[in-house]
Amino acid sequence: MIGTLTPVLSANWGAPQSWKYDAYVKQGGYEGAKKALKMPPADVVGLVKDAGLRGRGGAGFPTGVKWSFVPQDNPNPKYLVVNGDESEPGTCKDMPLLLASPHTLVEGIVISAYAINCHLAFVYIRGEVLHVHRRVQQAVKEAYDKGWLGKDIQGSGYDLDIIVHAGAGAYICGEETALLDSLEGRRGQPRLRPPFPAVEGLYASPTVINNVESIATVPSILANGKEWFQSMGTEKSKGFTIYSLSGHVARPGQYEAPLGITLRKLLELAGGVRDGHELKYWTPGGSSTPMLTPEHLDVPLDYEGLAAAGSMMGTKALQIFDETTSVVRTTLRWVEFYKHESCGKCTPCREGTWWLVQLLRQFEAGTAPEGGVDKLLDVAGIVNGKSFCALAGGACACVTSAVKHFREEFELGYTTPAWEAFPYERSALFAMDSLGGRA
Amino acid sequence: MSGHEFQTSFPDSGGVDFSDRDSNLDEAAMAELREIASRYPQPRSAIMPMLHLVQSYDGRISPAGVKACAEIAGVTEAQVSGVATFYTMYRRRPGGKHHIGVCTTALCAVMGGDALLESVERKLGIGPDETTADGMFSLERVECNAACDFAPVMMVNWEYMDNMTPAKAAQILDDLAVGNEVKASRGATITSWRDAERVLAGFPDGRADEGPSAGEASLRGTRLAAENKWTPPSAAEAAKIVAEQAKQEQSKAEGEKK
Repeated sequence: MIGTLTPVLSANWGAPQSWKYDAYVKQGGYEGAKKALKMPPADVVGLVKDAGLRGRGGAGFPTGVKWSFVPQDNPNPKYLVVNGDESEPGTCKDMPLLLASPHTLVEGIVISAYAINCHLAFVYIRGEVLHVHRRVQQAVKEAYDKGWLGKDIQGSGYDLDIIVHAGAGAYICGEETALLDSLEGRRGQPRLRPPFPAVEGLYASPTVINNVESIATVPSILANGKEWFQSMGTEKSKGFTIYSLSGHVARPGQYEAPLGITLRKLLELAGGVRDGHELKYWTPGGSSTPMLTPEHLDVPLDYEGLAAAGSMMGTKALQIFDETTSVVRTTLRWVEFYKHESCGKCTPCREGTWWLVQLLRQFEAGTAPEGGVDKLLDVAGIVNGKSFCALAGGACACVTSAVKHFREEFELGYTTPAWEAFPYERSALFAMDSLGGRA
Repeated sequence: MSGHEFQTSFPDSGGVDFSDRDSNLDEAAMAELREIASRYPQPRSAIMPMLHLVQSYDGRISPAGVKACAEIAGVTEAQVSGVATFYTMYRRRPGGKHHIGVCTTALCAVMGGDALLESVERKLGIGPDETTADGMFSLERVECNAACDFAPVMMVNWEYMDNMTPAKAAQILDDLAVGNEVKASRGATITSWRDAERVLAGFPDGRADEGPSAGEASLRGTRLAAENKWTPPSAAEAAKIVAEQAKQEQSKAEGEKK
């Protein structure tokens, strides 16, 4: 039987000192790595490919296929870089995973690096999460002490080192090529592709970049087999994943389930929208994935289901907003985020996100000119798809999807401030002594 | 936007402050910077952790720190300044002993983050990017800090303070101001922003075992599954399910042939 929820990655999070090596091994840790080290590396790639694991960081590219793109005849070293820059608004799955069970990632790195013949792996973690760094640094040290890193791992003849690297506050470094520039000691700005990182990545050498959750999923596939993984999920979206519920929901948190569960089901498990309120809109996978409404409650939360609904799986960051929330306010705040985080390399993004903010501020203040909604869509249309990376596209997607579903609320911005139409204190979780409307 | 006056997209930009030459970087610090560089295949990759260490010594990105990083990484000072001014965690001016961040990205803002920030501003008497006169606190409006299920969130020296209210935040600030012990929701005892920067540079402080494995929200799915005895399938069950799937696909394909 497959449970409604299927904790695999999160199964050990509540165990005493779950972050320590001994606790992890007690839960069956490093069994997957033991198996992998007895297999030819190409077979490990094949197993992960056959299992059907797809990237859990947003794009959903098949992980094993990505690994198979590494040209093994290239004389340069091969690198594995784990993307732990988790910063997409709403996304909060990798940080709890790394806090509670950093060895799941370390084991995943051992297997994945072995599969692509890599001897130096990097873990790039955003800087603003001090305790996550402590736990990952310690897990890496423990793994060295226990012979899971360093020379001749567990007598297999395979060598691997891991460097834990702290970011310094830049959302854009979650974009894989910007992350590589950052890791090379540069300003974190995306690169033009091709060449793709698999061919010329870090130090112009073959490089695989995977999200924390993707790599952390690998040990369970090795330990339990591809059929076990395939038995969960849907036809083209195999396995399980962590869904993160946040916002106006009774019991926000991390819910690990087979791919394809619906928001209706997840909300039921999480106690529904907060008492006395109802769902107004939600994002399926962070603010860059077009927002959806109650009519999409039964959409399967997998790669195909969300694409068919006009959105994306993204990071499975389900941000729930109830009827008290002003969609103009959240759209402005998201676009302010993109403006702040634009790296400035591509003009349409650098300038366009700035202009979108100027327009949206008028909508929030109730001073937008008649016809302003069309101008907003016009600017979004000009900006979208004209940059090296997807940041500006994310900004535009949240604007266009908000207007698509709530055009009349934007039109209200010709006459009425958002904080009058939707008094902000009603959305907050605690009683407020001021409106919080900022100039 | 009424007129057509020029406005830059980066009004808060500006370089490293080269007028303030003060620095605590001594031989021991230089040795640590070189140690960071030795971790990487190319020393330039060490610039970011080296800058974190510079901050732990000098409280900001100092001219001496830029020079040291440039020498060790084998790049120009301009290239190091370029990195230092790109990332928001690098300070151009000294901040407080404790650095407070309040998340006001959309979800936290709506859940109370905006009001929380206002209350912290009033409490400390400063706005974002400012430091209290006694040097105890600096304040920042932070972007999403990956703890949305604990919204609204406040950070103290980059440690999580979950499910904040103005009253809880005020208590934390009061305690920090007089030196009472304050523990992060999912982290260690608060020490200082400079100590945090040292850990980010890759020098552990031995506090990894403090704090819980996970917060309540992180564990909700796992606990619910345990209560209901929901689990992934066993190997045998999985084999049966996959065989069934294959059978269905086959009959579907045969049906299409007919």
